[in-house]
Amino acid sequence: MINFISLVGATVLNRLAQIGQALVMLLQSMLVMPTASSLYRLVQQLYVVGVQSLIIMLVSALFIGMVLGLQGYTLLSAYGSEQAVGQMVALTLVRELSPVVAALLFAGRAGSALTAEIGLMKATEQLASLEMFGIDPLHRIVAPRFWAGIISLPLLVAIFSLVGVYGGHLVAVDWLGVYSGSYWGNMQQAVDFNEDVLNGMIKALVFAFLISWIALYQGYSCMPTSQGISAATTRTVVYSSLAILGFDFILTALMFGGAS
Amino acid sequence: MNKRWLELSVGFMVVTGVGALVALALQVSGGHMSRNAEYYPISALFENAAGLGSKAKVTMAGVTVGEVVAVGIDPRSLMAQVQMKIRGDVDFLSIDSSASILTAGLLGEKYVGLTVGAEEDVLVAGDVIEDTQSALVLEELIGQFLLNFGDSK
Repeated sequence: MINFISLVGATVLNRLAQIGQALVMLLQSMLVMPTASSLYRLVQQLYVVGVQSLIIMLVSALFIGMVLGLQGYTLLSAYGSEQAVGQMVALTLVRELSPVVAALLFAGRAGSALTAEIGLMKATEQLASLEMFGIDPLHRIVAPRFWAGIISLPLLVAIFSLVGVYGGHLVAVDWLGVYSGSYWGNMQQAVDFNEDVLNGMIKALVFAFLISWIALYQGYSCMPTSQGISAATTRTVVYSSLAILGFDFILTALMFGGAS
Repeated sequence: MNKRWLELSVGFMVVTGVGALVALALQVSGGHMSRNAEYYPISALFENAAGLGSKAKVTMAGVTVGEVVAVGIDPRSLMAQVQMKIRGDVDFLSIDSSASILTAGLLGEKYVGLTVGAEEDVLVAGDVIEDTQSALVLEELIGQFLLNFGDSK
């Protein structure tokens, strides 16, 4: 019994210490004065984190938009109001689906890669040797990756929404024959830039922060063995996904929910 | 990796992302921004405000000019008090305007329709519209119909 209680206590304390460590890591790597060479490293990471995620985002956005168009059409045509399909596609995408799905894809595509990369750097003692040279790995390695994540996910989400809307257009208008004017017209009437588009972007920003933070911390603190790296990569994807979905509920409740 | 390709592709992603945001603003939301327009509050007392909730539209001649802020009970008259906010540029509602609760379509949402009267004086912030027409309650209507039907036999 005593053993059990001490086990629970130790686990809680360990968790708390981890959160503290993650916060220290975050602050130390965020608060860096940018120099010319660190900006160039940022561009390199933007390529790895952002540009290389572009294709998967484009393809999934197109298919999600098409599915929304198809589902919306079948559902709405039962009530004779298939003109509203544009509004449905756009609001679903902009408010909810593009930030969440893009963030989940981003966690799987970019977050896991970041964890594995930094974990391997740690396992092969590259981080330790940087420190030997007097270079802070938090500044050199972690900071550019963190900022690259924060910059690229909102951009990817904007692209995701737009491509999805055109995917819906492809199915609803070009295939199923909804009038193009009512597709765009209903959409433009229903979607508000501040309320819908910008709130979606705020969600994207929060998710980018969470994913980058979790991925980098898991990589930085992983056990420097092959099992450790694989466990850390798994944890990145699991924790990021849970954090995305949980925070999505909180943000949605704050932005759209409740009697206001 | 080729440095030029790296710079080019990152630039492409940033430009596409910002471009997509602009396109979302223009094409998808049609440039609709929720401006923090000036509003002024008025209220109206209804016998029955069934189905009306906050954020319902307030229209005049079919054009949206404001929205319902809250629906509550007026403790003195025991009627439904509907608080509305009207856009600041709609400052020509005469003091004898009437308000009615209407339904969009057969099963649609409830909204408030304003009809302007003939007086010179206009409604200002805090005024109360007294000439109102209540919401249509289907059950009452059916009850009335059945009563009349029974009488005529």
